[in-house]
Amino acid sequence: MDLALWLPLLGIPIVVLGFALRFNPLMVVTVAGVATGLAVGMDGLSLLETFGEKFMSSRQLASALLILPVIGLLERYGLKQRAQSWVASIRSATTGRILMLYFVVREVSAALGLLSLGGQAQTVRPLLAPMAIAAASNQYGELPQSIRDRIAAHAAACDNVALFFGEDIFIAFGAVLLMTAFLKENGINGVEPLMIGLWAIPTALCALVIHLFRLSRLDARIAREVQDWQLAQSALATSAKAQVAV
Amino acid sequence: MSSVDSIISINLVFYLIGAIAMLVAGLSWRDASNPKRYSTALFWFLFGFSFLFGDLMLSLLGKQVTYRIVGVMVLLIAALAGAKLLGVGVPPPEDEAERQRSAQRLGNRLFLPALAIPVITVLLTLFAKELKFGSWFLLDQKNLTLAALTIACLGALLLGSKLTGGSPLLAVRESRRLVDAIGWALLLPQMLAMLGGVFVAAQTGRSIQTIVNLFIDPDNRLALVAIYCVGMALFTMIMGNAFAAFPVMTAGIALPFLIVQQHANPAPLVAIGMFCGYCGTLMTPMAANFNIVPAALLELKDKYQVIKIQIPTALAVLGCNILLMYFLVFP
Repeated sequence: MDLALWLPLLGIPIVVLGFALRFNPLMVVTVAGVATGLAVGMDGLSLLETFGEKFMSSRQLASALLILPVIGLLERYGLKQRAQSWVASIRSATTGRILMLYFVVREVSAALGLLSLGGQAQTVRPLLAPMAIAAASNQYGELPQSIRDRIAAHAAACDNVALFFGEDIFIAFGAVLLMTAFLKENGINGVEPLMIGLWAIPTALCALVIHLFRLSRLDARIAREVQDWQLAQSALATSAKAQVAV
Repeated sequence: MSSVDSIISINLVFYLIGAIAMLVAGLSWRDASNPKRYSTALFWFLFGFSFLFGDLMLSLLGKQVTYRIVGVMVLLIAALAGAKLLGVGVPPPEDEAERQRSAQRLGNRLFLPALAIPVITVLLTLFAKELKFGSWFLLDQKNLTLAALTIACLGALLLGSKLTGGSPLLAVRESRRLVDAIGWALLLPQMLAMLGGVFVAAQTGRSIQTIVNLFIDPDNRLALVAIYCVGMALFTMIMGNAFAAFPVMTAGIALPFLIVQQHANPAPLVAIGMFCGYCGTLMTPMAANFNIVPAALLELKDKYQVIKIQIPTALAVLGCNILLMYFLVFP
C-alpha cells in the first residue's frame, strides 16, 4: 500500500489514543498536529506559522469568556438560589417536564433562526441545570452527587440536541448555505436552500420524538435511583449503629 | 484597511476578551491559595496576549513573524496544560445564607440580566443589521452575532451591576471561579481549528476519500447509504465538525455513487447527510464547545458525561437517518 496515502492520517490515531489515555487534550491535539505536519514533510517554521495563523483566525471561538462576568456576578447575588426557589413554587414541575419544555422551545426557536436563545454558558449553567436539579430535590430532598451530575449533563445535552436538529430547518443558517454552495460547485444546479430546509424536517421530528421519549422516562429513573441511594444510606447508618452497639 | 468601519468591530471584541483574560491572569498571580499560581497566571497571560496585542503585532511585525510568535506561544500554552501546571485557587467559602437573602431581596429581577443576553442578541441580529451612525455601522458586518452578543453582554453587565450594586470589576473577580472550572477547555476549540489547518495542509481528507473508495461496493444501495451516513458521523467525530466532514464524504461517496450512479435526489440527500454529521458531533470530545466545555461549566466529575448522555439519542437518530435516506432520496 502506498505510504504517502497513509501518512496524512497519522494525527487521527494519536488523537484517539491520547483521548483514550486521558492525556491533557490541548497537549494531545498539539502533538497530533506536529506529528501530522512533520510526517507529510512540513518544516518546523511553516508548521509554527500554520499554528499561529489558525489560532489567530479562530479567536472568535473564545467568546464564551464574554458571558462569564455577568453570570459570575448574578451567581454571587443568588441567581441559582432564586432559580431553585422559583421552581419550588411550581407544584407540577419535575426534572423531566422542565427539560422537555426547554427542549421543545429550543428546537422550535432554532428552526426559526433564533439560535442565540439559549446556550451552555448563558442558559444551561445559570438557569436550566439548577432548575432541573431543584425540581428533583423538591420531590426527594437531598440528592447524591451522581444524580445531580446526571441531571446537569442532561440539561447540557438538551441544549445541544435541540439546537443541532432545529437549526438546519432555518434556511439562512450556514450549514444550508454550505450545502447549496457545495452542490453548485459540483455542477448540480436548481437546489434551493428552501428545499434543503424542508428536507431537514423529517430528521428534526425524529430527534424530537426520540429525545422527548428519553426525557419522559427520566423522572421514573431518578425516583428509582434516589430510592436505592436512600436505602443504601439507611443501611449504612444501621450498620454503623450496630457496630457502635457491639 | 478597505473594509467598512463599524463601532463594535471584531477587534474590539477581541480586546474585551483579552482584557478579561489579563485580569484573570493578574488575579491568579496574586492568589496565594493556588499552589501553581505563577504558571496558571502565565497560561492566561499568554492567551490574553494574543487577543490584546495580536492585531498590533500583525501591523508592526507582519504576518509571518506574528504567526510564528503566536505559534510558539501556543506550544507553550499546550506544554503548560500538558505538564499539569494549571492550578485552581481555593475560593473563599460561599456564604449560602447571604446568597439566599439577596436572592429573596432581588426576587425574579435577578433573572433579567441573564435573560437580557439572549434577547438583546436576537433583537440586534434581527433588527440592527443595517443600523448606521454616520458612515459607521453599529455591528461588524462580517460578525453580526458576535458583535450583537458583545453588546448584549455589556448591557447585561451594566444592568446586573445596577441591580445588585456589584461593580463590573467584582463581576470579573467572580467569573474567575467559572474560568478556573473551565480552565484549558476554553482553548480547545481554537487548538482543534489549528489541527484542522494542519489536516488541510496535509490533505488528510483526500487520503480518507481514497481509502473509503477502496472498500465500497457500488451496487448495493442500502450499503452505500449506510456507509455515507456512518462515514459522515465517524469522520465528524474525528474532525470535531460536521462542516469539515461534509465536503470530503459527500464528494467521496454521495456524489459519485448515490447521485451520479443511483440518481438520488440531491436536496434530501445532503440535508440528511449533514444531520448524520451532527449525530457524530454529539458523540465526540473533539466538539469541545458543545461537549467538553459544558461538562467543565457544570463542574461534572466525569468530563465525558454529556457525551455519554447524548450517545443513545445520536445513535437512534443516525439509524432513523439511514432509513429516511434510503426511502426518501431515490426516485
